[in-house]
Amino acid sequence: MHRFANPARFTRLADRVLPFVAAGALVCLGIGLYLALFVAPPDYQQGESVRIMYVHVPSAWMAMFVYVAIAVASAVALVWRHPLADLAAKASAPIGAGFAFLTLATGSLWGRPMWGTWWEWDGRLTSMLILFFLYLGHIALMNAFEDQQRGYRAAAVLALVGVINIPIIKFSVDWWSTLHQPASVLRLDGPTIHPSMLWPLLITALGFKLYYLALVLLRIKSELIAARLRALDLAKLKAT
Amino acid sequence: MTEIAAFFDMGGYAAFVWPSLGLTLVIMLGLVVQTVGQLRQRQRRLAELEAEGAQRARRRPVAAAGPQT
Repeated sequence: MHRFANPARFTRLADRVLPFVAAGALVCLGIGLYLALFVAPPDYQQGESVRIMYVHVPSAWMAMFVYVAIAVASAVALVWRHPLADLAAKASAPIGAGFAFLTLATGSLWGRPMWGTWWEWDGRLTSMLILFFLYLGHIALMNAFEDQQRGYRAAAVLALVGVINIPIIKFSVDWWSTLHQPASVLRLDGPTIHPSMLWPLLITALGFKLYYLALVLLRIKSELIAARLRALDLAKLKAT
Repeated sequence: MTEIAAFFDMGGYAAFVWPSLGLTLVIMLGLVVQTVGQLRQRQRRLAELEAEGAQRARRRPVAAAGPQT
């Protein structure tokens, strides 16, 4: 773990894996989109509107996955003071916010024809909205202080406190009555969704995950350069 | 209805399916464009500063070599 905390080594490693991760993401997203639009059958109840699922569900999974990743990075940053952990959290937050927004927006577009409403203040939708706000708060805190380290620490604490929201989102459909359907893939007794829909969903989800991985590597690399720029600017300021 | 028109009609759900896919594309592409743009900009700025620093170091080799306090 410590070996990868060295910025130069991280950048070298990131540069080496990035082409493969990015290519994998493109291939999975391409195949996933093709399967979702042309191969997967229409739902027997929802008809063609079920195709929204292939972007809605991977977005929701990623919104939660990225948040957990930020929480883990934040714990590492707070306990071990790894500078890369802070940057990983900082690099992830806008991507997570994007996925949370997509989850809400595509869910709304799916809810309108299927439930007859754009929005409902039930457990699942509300907790997902809170996740979106947690992301926005995290981004704001990261940039709120003159002293960057203070901002990083405040954002890390927020990320750790907010992680309680993740199991709430996951189990909201079991705990409270809701319009939202219960889990049909990630269940203890196995998926209840038909394989003809499960595979396009899983391939798209893998594409989303690789997309996140490629993007977060690029963003961490970018943050490392930004840190060097700040150090150089500071040195120049001292020299004059 | 032709096959292509039927495809774009999405069983009458066109107004919901296509905006969902379009929005996903816009957000995911937008994040990539923003990330790459920012990275390029920072790389350029770093290259500039390093070129500047190298020039200064050539002009004042003693000062640059010593501890800067």
